[in-house]
Amino acid sequence: MWDWIKIAVWGLIALLAAIAANFARDLAYQVHAILVMLVAGGMFVWTVRTAGDEKGPAPTGYMDGVVRYGVIATAFWGVVGFLVGVFIAFQLAFPELNFAWAEGFGNFGRLRPLHTSAVIFAFGGNALIATSFYIVQRTSAARLWGGNAGWFVFWGYQFFIVLAATGYLLGATQSKEYAEPEWYVDLWLTLVWVVYLGVFLGTIIKRKEPHIYVANWFFLSFIVTVALLHVVNNISIPVSIFGSKSVQVFAGVQDAMTQWWYGHNAVGFFLTAGFLGMMYYFVPKQAEKPVFSYKLSIVHFWALIFIYIWAGPHHLHYTALPDWASTLGMVFSVVLWMPSWGGMINGLMTLSGAWDKIRTDPIIRMMVISIGFYGMSTFEGPMMSIRVVNSLSHYTDWTIGHVHSGALGWNGMITFGALYFLTPRLWNKERLYSLRLVNWHFWLATIGIVLYAASMWVTGIMEGLMWREVDAQGFLVNSFADTVAAKFPMYVVRGTGGILYLTGAIIMCYNLWMTAFGNRVPARAAAAAATPAE
Amino acid sequence: MDYHILREIADSWVLLALFLFFVGVWFWAWRPGSRSTHEDAAKVIFRNETAPAQDTEPTKSEART
Repeated sequence: MWDWIKIAVWGLIALLAAIAANFARDLAYQVHAILVMLVAGGMFVWTVRTAGDEKGPAPTGYMDGVVRYGVIATAFWGVVGFLVGVFIAFQLAFPELNFAWAEGFGNFGRLRPLHTSAVIFAFGGNALIATSFYIVQRTSAARLWGGNAGWFVFWGYQFFIVLAATGYLLGATQSKEYAEPEWYVDLWLTLVWVVYLGVFLGTIIKRKEPHIYVANWFFLSFIVTVALLHVVNNISIPVSIFGSKSVQVFAGVQDAMTQWWYGHNAVGFFLTAGFLGMMYYFVPKQAEKPVFSYKLSIVHFWALIFIYIWAGPHHLHYTALPDWASTLGMVFSVVLWMPSWGGMINGLMTLSGAWDKIRTDPIIRMMVISIGFYGMSTFEGPMMSIRVVNSLSHYTDWTIGHVHSGALGWNGMITFGALYFLTPRLWNKERLYSLRLVNWHFWLATIGIVLYAASMWVTGIMEGLMWREVDAQGFLVNSFADTVAAKFPMYVVRGTGGILYLTGAIIMCYNLWMTAFGNRVPARAAAAAATPAE
Repeated sequence: MDYHILREIADSWVLLALFLFFVGVWFWAWRPGSRSTHEDAAKVIFRNETAPAQDTEPTKSEART
């Protein structure tokens, strides 16, 4: 019976998508409707072919299939996102790379949101979903709740990525930074996210451990807050049910404030809280020591979420936003330095008594430099949020450098460490294929970040100073084109750093592939199940 | 119910409540007797690495005793 309902629903979705493709008012909507039609049609055929099959006994043990897929998706989208990033970096240095034949699809304006969404939401998002599913099962001692709902979250999220990415190239965007996808893509993500929350919370509720481990607190705050941010920032009314264009309900400075409340908390809860959840699991596991101070981790959690949520207005200094609001955002940003460094100290001190591992274990080294970059960018960020500093740094490449020292250094490195940790365990291998290659990855990525961040500091501060330079009569000395010409060498250095970082990621993919699917690494000896720790 | 009512509630009672909650978290984390609980919680990651805990088995026994 249930199979028949599924067949009817898939068929109906495919039919409605075909109708929508026919009535589509713009190209992006039409392509998306065809994609929906193809996926629903494929599911229809698959459900028909498997209808009435005997269902096996309910599976037991941890649900790791979806985590394995998540690891593959993370590595794949990482390389895609880095590649687009390198390309657009060179587009800025060499505008000829905005090819005339690709105008309207492959120019910087279309590719830039593709890069940011690919690295933040596709690479980072898949890493968060995969690691949160892995960690919540282990720390709850329970199988993932909701059966195939975990698979729905994974594939639904991939479909969201495909819709968002193709939409950017075809020009469907609501022009909100990091929230570019249009209304129907937002609705789809909302559905996927609610199921994600259900799966995560359901697993915590049926846990066999008395405690909710601190990593799960961070993951839960990430999931709940991102849901809230996403829904509020995307309140819009579509112009037509058959078109991708929508109109925001908020207008003017209210819209700007909502956008940066969203934008900064996307950094705070997506790229910080979620990845801190990864840190609080993988660093102690890899170091084989419990976290330095569990009390500090509790205070870290509450202080971080209480303070981060107010920091957004520092994106709107010297705008129509009232001064009290931007001062509030600035003060909270500076206060935020404390919990950030509390967390950094907690992560680093976990290694106390095992400092030799930094020398001997390249995965630990990767995690340590990640925490180091976390500390550095959470010092730089509060400094840049101070109004007088912001008057120099805002709208310059300093901001881009700051974002990338956080994203490449903190998010990228902790994710690489997690992937190196997970792959042998998920594919039941004794060890990684090659630690030498991890070492190569580590140094390529580190030197790449240093080149990137240093060149952006130089060019950003130079650009800021050139913009504000006036002569004795009070006239501006430099035209905008002067700054662009002066920045050229630093743009080339930045792109070179990107190439190094991308090369490191490709080496990682080779290493992970050989670990999981090569036959050089022996399988893990029969796991000593249920061995109590210490 | 307009903006100003919300604003006045937000920067008086709600501010106070959030502040007290936050201070309460610190006291709760350092409450007497929390040390053994936290030490046990910090070791959760070293248990049940490969398989979920069984319903029949008391999971917290080893580290608790």
